[in-house]
Amino acid sequence: MSYTKRVDGRKFDETREMEAKIGIIKNADGSAMFRFGDTIAIAAVYGPKPMHPQHLQNPRKGVLRCNYDMLSFSVPERKRPGPNRRGQEIGKVSEWALSSIVDLDAYPNTVVDVHIMVLQANASTRCAGINAAVLALASAGVSMKELVSSVSIGKIDDKIVVDLIKDEEDYEDGEGATDIPMAFTKSGKICLLQLDGKIRPEELKEAIKIGKKACKEIYELQKKVLKSVGDK
Amino acid sequence: MEIPNLTKERIKNYLAEDKRFDGRKLLEYREIEIETNVSKNAEGSCKVKLGDTEVIAGVKIDLAEPYTDKEEEGTMATIVELLPLSSPDFESGPPSIGAVEIARIVDRGIRESGFIDFKKLCIKKEEKVYSVMIDIYSLNNAGNLIDAACLASVIALKTARMPKYDSKKEKIEYGEWTNKGMPLSEQIPLTITFYKVGKKIIVDPVKEEEDSSDARISVALTNNGKEILINALQKGKEETFSEEEIEKIMGSAVEKFKELENKVGKLIKKD
Amino acid sequence: MITKEEEVVDKEMEEENHEEKKREITIPGEKIVSGRDYLPGEGTRREGEDIIANKFGLADISGRLVKVIPLSGIYMPRGGNVVVGIVTDTTFNGWLVDIKSPYSAFLPSSDFSRYMKGDLTEYYDIGDMIACKVFSVKHRGVDLTIKSRGLGKLEKGIIIYINSNKVPRVIGREGSMIKLIKDETNCEIVVGQNGVVWISGNKVEDELKAKEAIMFVVNKSFIEGLTEKVKEWFDKNKGGEK
Repeated sequence: MSYTKRVDGRKFDETREMEAKIGIIKNADGSAMFRFGDTIAIAAVYGPKPMHPQHLQNPRKGVLRCNYDMLSFSVPERKRPGPNRRGQEIGKVSEWALSSIVDLDAYPNTVVDVHIMVLQANASTRCAGINAAVLALASAGVSMKELVSSVSIGKIDDKIVVDLIKDEEDYEDGEGATDIPMAFTKSGKICLLQLDGKIRPEELKEAIKIGKKACKEIYELQKKVLKSVGDK
Repeated sequence: MEIPNLTKERIKNYLAEDKRFDGRKLLEYREIEIETNVSKNAEGSCKVKLGDTEVIAGVKIDLAEPYTDKEEEGTMATIVELLPLSSPDFESGPPSIGAVEIARIVDRGIRESGFIDFKKLCIKKEEKVYSVMIDIYSLNNAGNLIDAACLASVIALKTARMPKYDSKKEKIEYGEWTNKGMPLSEQIPLTITFYKVGKKIIVDPVKEEEDSSDARISVALTNNGKEILINALQKGKEETFSEEEIEKIMGSAVEKFKELENKVGKLIKKD
Repeated sequence: MITKEEEVVDKEMEEENHEEKKREITIPGEKIVSGRDYLPGEGTRREGEDIIANKFGLADISGRLVKVIPLSGIYMPRGGNVVVGIVTDTTFNGWLVDIKSPYSAFLPSSDFSRYMKGDLTEYYDIGDMIACKVFSVKHRGVDLTIKSRGLGKLEKGIIIYINSNKVPRVIGREGSMIKLIKDETNCEIVVGQNGVVWISGNKVEDELKAKEAIMFVVNKSFIEGLTEKVKEWFDKNKGGEK
């Protein structure tokens, strides 16, 4: 049976309801929340600040450190607190995505710490995390070339869909599910791209095109949230 | 940033006049806000704001073998994580002694109060029981994480629903819940921590007051319907308390408990 | 050491009066203006014809110079700024000071006096707050000086931390806002450009009122006619005190 209708009734190129807020953690230099439907991620930025210990300092440019974790109860089967390999990997690819736009040259000998935490998970958690992290970095006044927007694209059986939910990730009929989280800079460069599943090169090309379009929508929301600061 | 010497001194000056850094009375709590069911995959969850301090607690229920000395009782474990995102003072890594202590204070307050009827969490004697996992995370540290953590975990338990249990497969069906709550007593246990700054005793300090404090004592209490009982105590930090101070604190604890019980009851109803 | 009457106002910052100009919020990557005549100032870059924002903040166009005034984020030190910092350590020739900026700051003991006897902590101890001036900003860090009137150790007061980007509002045009707050509360106040503020009064109520007034300005920094609003706020809150 072909995947003709999405599990939650959305159109194939439709994201879930999205929401974003900045300034949610008072102690942080910048913070934000980003939501895709039931997936909620928060991010807090501390820095730029002096990098300690000194031997880790880079005299030519600042260091960006990104760590990603999930609340133990954010998922149906409890995740044991503490770092795990999946979280470490997501932290690293998120760090690379964000490094592509942050002006680290402007902050030699410093470190910018980005902390991402998933409060509630229904797939696309790393994408929500990156979207929140970008807002947090911007609101922390960190010098950056442009924003980054992230979304998960999937191939469910033979259909390309935008913003996967867990039920779609677990889809097993037909050609199964291929999960493709990606992130684009505003100027259209790919700064995050991962995939697991089975897909033909032409289908991937299509998926990337669709992802780029979806990210433009996400960018508009990020922009709106930043621009409405001070509206009370 | 470390607490400046002059702030420490100034706070003590203020307290000598029974005034506080943010204008409150000595035994006055900041505004309390609660939000339940904030994390839908949890069996129960609660976000508590105590002034600017924010914590989130979640309850997950799993299956386990009972302890050999408590063969007909469910089990419980509490973990606290002081997240680096909540304060420039917290670092990534294994739980610090600070986190471990708060977790154990929260745990004792709940366990000793009889809030949870562990016998009702037994599925099959000696073989299978429900295990209750309470995880608490700091989201913003502006002082008094202990009381915020205790409150959040108790409300998360109170508003939790038991997950569906497939007795044939002997497995929990996560993502599906019954309409039953956890087997709990009517009254909720509460913990009030008293902080000694110089010679004065206060509750619910802001971060600067907490950093200026020399000793503290957490008092966990419950109302069993007939009387208010003390279920747990924890004295912390290097300074000492006199006998009179402890006596006075216990009296204040009972008073504050009645106040908080009332306030929290209303907040839970509103949410 | 500190002459309490002096107004420690940073002349440079007075130029950044925020009250009259209508500025638009801009985000990183957004085009602010187009045209070869414009010069890319702080927080911006040039890309072909366009001047693009590098930071989230208010786009400010003064003549040909385009810059972005940040709304939030950590303090970036500039030469001449008066800052309030906390001593975190001593070295053989000076004090390490945390001025809440990305760079570590250092106050050389030679600045203090030519001849220093004994342990440096006898002069400025770890945990002491000092008002100082940014002497220079280098790759390795920031050099501080206290060779100016009104600088030195701050005692007997409270410290509050505000968003450093709101400091110009708290000081006001030609220091008018901070003067209003000082007069109404009878407090001495040093507002560091780094967002660290020292308030010292004779009464607890005065210090707390000054703190409240400053937070009022910080939270309402967007509105126009702020000085008037603050005056009103003081008038309203005068009663019921005694």
